[in-house]
Amino acid sequence: MSKTNTRLLLGAAILAVIFVLGVVMPLFAPEDPRIWNTQPRNLKPSVDHLLGTTNLGQDTFWLLAWSTRNSLIIGFLVAIAATVIGVLAGMTAGFVGGVVDRVLTLLMDVFIVVPSLPILILLASMLQGKASIYLISGILIIFNWPWPARQSRSMALSMREREFVNTAWFSGEQGWKIITREIFPFITAWAFANLINTVLVAIGAESSLAVIGLSSLQESTLGTMIYWALQHQALLGRRWWWIGAPVVTIVVMFIGLFLFSTGLSERSAERRGR
Amino acid sequence: MYTLSNVKAYYDSPRGPVKAVDDVTLEILPNEILGIAGESGCGKSTLIKVIYGHIKPPLRLVSGEIRAEMKDNGQITILSAKDLPKVWWEFISYVPQASMSVLNPVMRIENQFFDAVSRFHRAGSREEIRQQVADYLKELDLPVEVLKAYPHQLSGGMRQRVLVALATFLHPQIILADEPTTALDVVVQRGILRMLTRVQQAMGNTLIIVSHDMGVHYQITRRMAIMYAGQLVEVGPTERIFSAPQHPYTEMLIKSLPRIGDHSAREGISGRPPSLLDPPPGCPFAPRCPAAMDICTQVRPPLVQTEDDHLAACFLHEEALAAAHAQKEGAQS
Amino acid sequence: MSSEKVMELKGLTRAFRIGGLLTGSRLLAVDDVSLTLAAGEPAILSIVGESGSGKTTMARIMLRLLEPSGGDVYINGRHVFAGANRMDSHEFRRFVQPIFQNPFEAFSSRKPVDSYLYETALNLGAAANRKQAREVIADALNSVGLDIGLVEGKYPNQFSGGELQRISIARALIPNPKLIVADEPVSMIDASLRMNIVNLFLQLKKERQVSFIYITHDLSTAYYVSDYIAIMYRGNLVELGPSDAILTDPQHPYTELLMDSVPKIGEKWDDVAVLPDVETKEYAVTHCKFAARCPYVRDICRQQRPPLVEVGPERQALCFRPVDYAPQSEHVVAAAGI
Repeated sequence: MSKTNTRLLLGAAILAVIFVLGVVMPLFAPEDPRIWNTQPRNLKPSVDHLLGTTNLGQDTFWLLAWSTRNSLIIGFLVAIAATVIGVLAGMTAGFVGGVVDRVLTLLMDVFIVVPSLPILILLASMLQGKASIYLISGILIIFNWPWPARQSRSMALSMREREFVNTAWFSGEQGWKIITREIFPFITAWAFANLINTVLVAIGAESSLAVIGLSSLQESTLGTMIYWALQHQALLGRRWWWIGAPVVTIVVMFIGLFLFSTGLSERSAERRGR
Repeated sequence: MYTLSNVKAYYDSPRGPVKAVDDVTLEILPNEILGIAGESGCGKSTLIKVIYGHIKPPLRLVSGEIRAEMKDNGQITILSAKDLPKVWWEFISYVPQASMSVLNPVMRIENQFFDAVSRFHRAGSREEIRQQVADYLKELDLPVEVLKAYPHQLSGGMRQRVLVALATFLHPQIILADEPTTALDVVVQRGILRMLTRVQQAMGNTLIIVSHDMGVHYQITRRMAIMYAGQLVEVGPTERIFSAPQHPYTEMLIKSLPRIGDHSAREGISGRPPSLLDPPPGCPFAPRCPAAMDICTQVRPPLVQTEDDHLAACFLHEEALAAAHAQKEGAQS
Repeated sequence: MSSEKVMELKGLTRAFRIGGLLTGSRLLAVDDVSLTLAAGEPAILSIVGESGSGKTTMARIMLRLLEPSGGDVYINGRHVFAGANRMDSHEFRRFVQPIFQNPFEAFSSRKPVDSYLYETALNLGAAANRKQAREVIADALNSVGLDIGLVEGKYPNQFSGGELQRISIARALIPNPKLIVADEPVSMIDASLRMNIVNLFLQLKKERQVSFIYITHDLSTAYYVSDYIAIMYRGNLVELGPSDAILTDPQHPYTELLMDSVPKIGEKWDDVAVLPDVETKEYAVTHCKFAARCPYVRDICRQQRPPLVEVGPERQALCFRPVDYAPQSEHVVAAAGI
């Protein structure tokens, strides 16, 4: 018990910090940190500028907060939408079967087989940096719903054979009710863990795009922050704070999400084991 | 030949000890068929494991003594619980439940024989052993082709027969069969039970059968031990247990069983068996017993002799009351 | 009361494909079975057989959980699977209800058990609102010897197997069905507690006027509780008749073998040579499936399918022996029914 507790607590603690950084802090930002040249350039960290300033005249700390916020938005938007769509589609396909199942499975397979990164690169370069984070999120959702869909489908398929589903039918419950009230409770635990993982995947995907300059360049995300830093020779100029901050934040966020997600699944496994 | 004295074997669980074998004293005689009867959760499977010497965590031998006498070429060796694993297959064998797959699925049957036998067999090449095994299978009316087969190619009944052959090939002095026919059809069951009894008759050893099916006990055992909530409540000759049971649980259990040809009303026992984690004080059957008296909920009835070769743990017998009083006085003085 | 037959199976067949697509074979789990449960007094019919006999497949077809490959199923005179006059699912569920073998599997571990009771009451027309439903549920639980106070809000793992099975029965009673199909309802329950449930069937038959189809491999409880017994062997219905008659005077050799093999209390086995179980594939044959093990076998048994012979009032057997081994063409097949 204590082992999972520390994992879960540690994960939760890290996420809490990220949350404060990304959600709470931007509310206090003195001005829009994206705007260039509001601050003197390349200052070292000080009381006025906690992480120094960038080559473009932005306060690094507030920029980081803002970028974290945007990355979190993308991450959770994609994760929630993909999981909801995926689970609903999967459960329906698995439980209803027949033509519905075949159509949905075909869709799932198409989007799993087609590699997402090249498509994303193609789309993004066509939009030449003018894509909003919402558009990027939309594309990521399309590529991320099939995984939870497949999992939910196979879970629904096996659930369908369980005797209590028959009892439910003989109790007068109809298809939709059976899916939501009988089958879904068994999927929630997995679905939640998957949701957390999808956050990671989405942020990772967006950051990868951003670093090669294909994300939205008007918004700032952790990825674009890295991009701009690279563009302005942060590595060569040893401006560690500028490039280090977003990288460390991404790494910490991933670790936090990972610990939280695995801690949760360990705890729910323990509960069921009893 | 084999004695269990006041044996307590508990499972350690996060919620406390599960008292699966709770102070059991039992004498196992040579050349007998002994049945251990009881329903699910009574501890009979654990008792068999203890007798077999298979005591691994979370199962723990808490207290009590186990004493086995192994005869070997006129020599007698005394064994205790921890010595038993060394003489598995040779002195004491175990035939598991039919539903469990204990045969290696990727090994042919004959190789499994070699595996089991190679440790003990004193002399003989593979070919000699194979011939001996083939001869033995013929004695048991098993087709010799079985040796070349893989386990999944055999039916459940045939697999179980092979397991019996495997377990008895080295002529052990005790054969333990834990629900050997439970997952099998009645017709197949009869065949396997017959095989077991023939083996016992031919070898003159002891066969101990664990089963929840009282009909099986009636048909093939000569002596029975009834378990309830980890305790032995009655031990005696099978015929007498059925015709004149000495314990209310045995009586009610036998009365509840429907018989073909008899339409008289049958009733089950009300309530349910106690949890082995937290058994009630006194007699474990008291909460469900129609004849329960005050003393039954306070003092655990000792297993006393009520007739020739017949023991029961119930205060309805004067012998039990006397023994309990003697114990109390002994403790007080 | 309806004058329609409660249930009728006509030439019911169900095949499964086992093995691969190219090399697999066709297994007839249910082979041309005809059976009727007549109108009038409620009755308990036991379908007895060992594993592989087809009894569970039949139960699932009767419960509409599986479709037949051939033949017809009628409930209350109405077609269940095909036809214009087909019974709709709502009507079906009010007429037929199940009891499953494993009470812990029959309920979702994530929901309180009474949620199923409420659903049944509200969906199948036994109550108009939750308040009424509670009364109906309390009444159903009473008839199985349980108090609603002890059931409300609890999850399946808080009950014993026997209690859960009773709750299953109570749930099945709520829509006042005419037929309850119980698939091995007591095989997972301890011997001393079994009779409590089995006696319930007898009681409910009288009090609630409901017929039972009791699927089991246990001949003793089948004898105790049923009015009629149907013996299944490898998909065929080999003997059918009143329970007393069948077990005191079996007409089919397999029934004899079954009776012999049951470890009865009060009657010891004699040590006569026992026929070994045969490993052959006896499913897809065009002659008597029991021929290889039958002590009365003749040549014709290995050549033709045995006829369904009327061997007494309300009794039939699938065998050549009662008609002196005369070939098929020489006699009329009995009309299946009890």
